[in-house]
Amino acid sequence: MAMLSIENLEVYYGAIHAIKGISFDVEEGEIIALIGANGAGKTTILHTITGLVPAKHGSIKFGGKELTKTPAHKIVSMGMAHVPEGRRVFAQLTVYENLMLGAYTRKDKAEIAESLETVFKRFPRLQERRNQSAGTLSGGEQQMLAMGRALMSKPSIILMDEPSMGLSPLYVSEIFDIIQEINKSGTTVLLVEQNAKKALSIANRAYVLETGKIVLSGDAKELANNDSVKKAYLGE
Amino acid sequence: MTFLNYLINGLSLGSVYAIIALGYTMVYGIAKMLNFAHGDIIMVGAYIIYYSMTSFGIDPILSIVISMVLCTVLGVVIERVAYRPLRNASSSLAVLITAIGVSYLLQNTALLMFSANTKTFSSVVAIDPIKLFDGQLTISGEAIVTIAVCIVIMVGLTLFVNKTKAGQAMQAVSEDKGAAQLMGINVNGTIALTFAIGSALAAVAGALMCSTYPNLTPYTGTMPGIKAFVAAVFGGIGSIPGAMIGGLLIGIIEILGKAYISSQLADAIVFAVLIIVLLVKPTGILGKNIQEKV
Repeated sequence: MAMLSIENLEVYYGAIHAIKGISFDVEEGEIIALIGANGAGKTTILHTITGLVPAKHGSIKFGGKELTKTPAHKIVSMGMAHVPEGRRVFAQLTVYENLMLGAYTRKDKAEIAESLETVFKRFPRLQERRNQSAGTLSGGEQQMLAMGRALMSKPSIILMDEPSMGLSPLYVSEIFDIIQEINKSGTTVLLVEQNAKKALSIANRAYVLETGKIVLSGDAKELANNDSVKKAYLGE
Repeated sequence: MTFLNYLINGLSLGSVYAIIALGYTMVYGIAKMLNFAHGDIIMVGAYIIYYSMTSFGIDPILSIVISMVLCTVLGVVIERVAYRPLRNASSSLAVLITAIGVSYLLQNTALLMFSANTKTFSSVVAIDPIKLFDGQLTISGEAIVTIAVCIVIMVGLTLFVNKTKAGQAMQAVSEDKGAAQLMGINVNGTIALTFAIGSALAAVAGALMCSTYPNLTPYTGTMPGIKAFVAAVFGGIGSIPGAMIGGLLIGIIEILGKAYISSQLADAIVFAVLIIVLLVKPTGILGKNIQEKV
């Protein structure tokens, strides 16, 4: 059984039919990419999975449990973390405080300290800036903080929304390397990206979205060679 | 020496404003709404203490505790029934108008239950005044207790917000409710907790204020409520130290204005100072200049 399985999902924003019956699966250990143009519904799908936006119809099953009926704040402790679009770090709080909020639902202090060490090892820059307020970090550092904060919940799956947005090319490569590392250390990744080329280069499988529907899906390498994908998303 | 006397009176009144302003500023910070019924919680709290002491003969400290508990319940119920359903309303005016409605509801309910007759509140403070400089300077027990309680609350709240998990959750919710939910924070619960703390503080403010100014009517909370709101804006709404500084300054300005300029104009002076401060620094004294790097 798939780790995360979405079936016939429909989402409305007021009168706007944003997601029009989408189904897809994420298997344990995979990197899955959702690609598509602006407004295709990629972010909405992630927001619906973690409960920030209600689903109208359909089901989202995570480890056998139905998420559409679960309040947003109960989802992270089930093992699902979400790195939101625009990073959304708590700008007034310090790097350390942000990371500790990532571990908000965890109780064991020793285990939390262990996770903090792992995060600092992965992002040494966060350790250097530990007591700085998050609002003073650069965009790339904020992205690292948002990822580190998500890792602090010790998730089995991590949802990442446009991690490369607004970053310099150098940071983009670094962030994608880190995503691969996170995946290799055992965390499943569901990645939403406008940078389709990069996303397809690290993903196992991918789904292509257009105006709220999946129009193509399959192996990431194959999709990267698909003519219509090349034309529409890879600029070739 | 009379100046020092006025200053201490101002500090004492300002401490009351500061405690009330904390409730305004915390609720604003987290729920982004102005709870105009906050002042009336003070009045309810004072009535509870009054009846607890006079009708039931309960000792003052215990009366204050009872009042804090009941005001906490009242504040949480108001939030749950009147404000929460409107949290995602398209216009923030809806909840503002509701708050004004709740304010009148509390006043008129008090009017029905307790009548418009002024009750004389007996002080909850049993400390003798301190006389200094051969009796030229007298500091009342009420002033000492009020200022001391204000300092304790200020320190306690600052520690709570910065050092505890619940306090950190509050800060997270006040910055970004969505991201806070992604951390596993129960946003509704955190907002309810903020209302609970604010209302408990209002009960304390009611006890202290009515100990110094003993005339209790259903409208007792209105003017202090508005002035504490001014204090919160003055100090920078959303900022806890700002509420403290704003409250103390408003109290001192009011008392000195009464003493040296005109007792009738004192309120006008308070509001004039607010206008001037806002013209010079629109975010208030400690208001955050939000700078975000993208």
